[in-house]
Amino acid sequence: MLSSPTVKASLIFLAIALVCLAFADIAITSANPWKDLGRFFLGVVTPDFFSSEGVAVALLRTVAFAFVGVALGSLCGFILALVYRNPVVRVFCAFIRAIHELFWALIFLQFFGFHPLTGVLAIAIPYSGIFAKVYSEILDETDPTPGRLLPPGTGVISTFLYTRIPACWVQLRTYTAYRLECGLRSSAILGFVGLPTLGFFLETSFSQGLYSEAGAMLILFYVLIATMPIWVKPKLLPVYILGAPFFLGEGLPIVWGNVERFFTEDIVPSPLKNGEGLAGLVPWLNDLMVTEALPGIWNTLLLTQIALVATGILALLAFPLISNHFGGPVRRTGGHVFLVITRSTPEYILAYILLQLWGPSMLPAIVALALHNGGIIGHLIGRQSSGIQLRPDAPIGFNRYTYELVPRVYRSFLAFLFYRWEIIMRETAILGILGIYTLGFYVDSSIQNIQFDRAMVLIVITALLNIGVDILGRYIRKKLALQTMPTC
Amino acid sequence: MAINLIRKLAAAGILFFASSAAVSAQTLVFTAIPDEDETKLVERFRGIADYLEEKLEVDVRYIPVKSYAAAVSAFRNNQVQLAWFGGLSGVQARSLVPGSQAIAQGVEDQAFNSYIIAHKSTGLEENEKLTEAVRGKTFTFGSKGSTSGRLIPEYYIREAFNQAPEEVFSRVGFSGNHTRTLRLVEAGTYELGAINYSVWTKELEDGNIDTDAVKVIYTTPSYPNYQWSIRGDVNERFGEGFMDRVKQALLDMEDKELLESFPRSGFIPVSNDAYTPIEMVGKQIGIID
Repeated sequence: MLSSPTVKASLIFLAIALVCLAFADIAITSANPWKDLGRFFLGVVTPDFFSSEGVAVALLRTVAFAFVGVALGSLCGFILALVYRNPVVRVFCAFIRAIHELFWALIFLQFFGFHPLTGVLAIAIPYSGIFAKVYSEILDETDPTPGRLLPPGTGVISTFLYTRIPACWVQLRTYTAYRLECGLRSSAILGFVGLPTLGFFLETSFSQGLYSEAGAMLILFYVLIATMPIWVKPKLLPVYILGAPFFLGEGLPIVWGNVERFFTEDIVPSPLKNGEGLAGLVPWLNDLMVTEALPGIWNTLLLTQIALVATGILALLAFPLISNHFGGPVRRTGGHVFLVITRSTPEYILAYILLQLWGPSMLPAIVALALHNGGIIGHLIGRQSSGIQLRPDAPIGFNRYTYELVPRVYRSFLAFLFYRWEIIMRETAILGILGIYTLGFYVDSSIQNIQFDRAMVLIVITALLNIGVDILGRYIRKKLALQTMPTC
Repeated sequence: MAINLIRKLAAAGILFFASSAAVSAQTLVFTAIPDEDETKLVERFRGIADYLEEKLEVDVRYIPVKSYAAAVSAFRNNQVQLAWFGGLSGVQARSLVPGSQAIAQGVEDQAFNSYIIAHKSTGLEENEKLTEAVRGKTFTFGSKGSTSGRLIPEYYIREAFNQAPEEVFSRVGFSGNHTRTLRLVEAGTYELGAINYSVWTKELEDGNIDTDAVKVIYTTPSYPNYQWSIRGDVNERFGEGFMDRVKQALLDMEDKELLESFPRSGFIPVSNDAYTPIEMVGKQIGIID
């Protein structure tokens, strides 16, 4: 068994995670973590839907930002997908998707301020990069034969629209609908930095310990996502997309001079601004690397590796909950509900909740990342395992799990896990805003100190780290010959 | 089908940009640093908005923000023209907006203090100095950009130990605001915390502090703190003498309930120069370039 490359890779990652765990800070620092957790669950089961006047509006704004952001992102992503062969476009897309929505929002807040454009672009830009990549993969996989059968002289655009698009229309549609769900989550968490979406009110209620209010908001959010198949209909989409811009709220007017100032002054490294030239730049960069970037990178890597393995373990434990090969319909329904909740709750919100309850350390972040990502992968491989035909005399119970199902789904499990590696790292960095010492912590500190030059360098470092992990993940998947469809 | 979709999206985009243009230029927008529970702030500053609207005869709107930096940025970007800042955020904001003025501070802000508070499990007693007994404990500041919850306590911690807080304490966190610092130390999540004396006093009077669980162990020397700051270009926008009218309106505030909500006994005139000590401390610690 040890000679199998997938097992070897798994064990190496497990070993790395264990070493990381030795260096990680995973203490529960709050005095009464379980009492608070109890109060929180009590709040969720006694939700107060009528306490805050703004919640209905916040839900509306959450949906509006998601629609406008995702629509704009898919449009730009589609155009970029057409020229995705170009290496410059590839690098550009990799870069814009390596920066998290919240970082984009923090950047735009500095010059657009509280204008709807901030939230729309924060979603649309990274999503364009993701759409470009996935759309181009989908387009590449379509069968080229129909195009070759056309009479000579047929226009390029006609050929494209009548042979390529119809062949992959279903995949494009499915993926876009899926991204819309991600867009709702992204939109919700933008509230944490001050945009008028659900996160804004959730943060307010949570930080004041108003758990019944917070519980009501979470429940409304789950209902919103779970009922998407009912209210998102192809025929209604144009209505939503055209209507959504009117429900973003007014915000505050943009002062265009701020945009110029941001790019020509704010993000210019301070030694250059003060005329110290390149001689001053080196010590400045050096100081930034030693005091902020390196500790940030170290903690980001630690947390990512631990969270990755925790995600894997949780996914393997969770998938039988919804698999046809175990339990009856009642337990499977319970499993589905559990997995829907874990995967619909953005990591950021999960981490925020757990940090409030357990105190600041890496533990809440690990649990949050594992629950959310494990929920997604568990759902995917659980569904896949249900399609597996077992012999009538196949073993049952634990043996069925270990000898029949896990080996059969293990390759796609690993594929999903390595696919999500980069996504986990993106999230890990951003969780720093909540007070864990990953790169996001230092980005947030620089922004709080109004030192955008430092913040930008740190954001670029975060992006490069993500791109590195993405490349490594793709290399490993290729090496192990793992194939996967993209997940959110 | 795709072309159709693209057309719809383009139309949506144009509508979106068009719809964002209509906001009245005659609205005075103000904000405040989120130093306490948001519910309290919204209640307090809606009252202030109503008061100013009546006095100034222009529309006045308060917008809540999620961080100190967001308040500073909004002021700098001219999305708000007036703000209730702390000492540090005021210095940061005014240095970014030429011509902006500190116009009024609370009577109590002339000589403000920070408290270091401790959970009972530490067994620490009130002392005139920060002693070695606090070393190795866990410690939380308020917001990263707070004067009373971060800047001044950090300054005196550095002065007492000649070391950065991260080296003195076993764990250093940022709770976000003063109310949360209080709750975290009260619950024992952190053993020590730095809090604004006025928030502490008000919560104590309102009976919101479990005095068996948490107590003050150190008081910093006094320093100038909160103030109303206004952008220098308001006169051009709202008419000659507008800055003075805003200032007078703030100084004239006598409504007991409004003042209680801060809590301040009244507002007095102040100038930018009063905050030079804060600026120097900020530079020393490296928060201000």
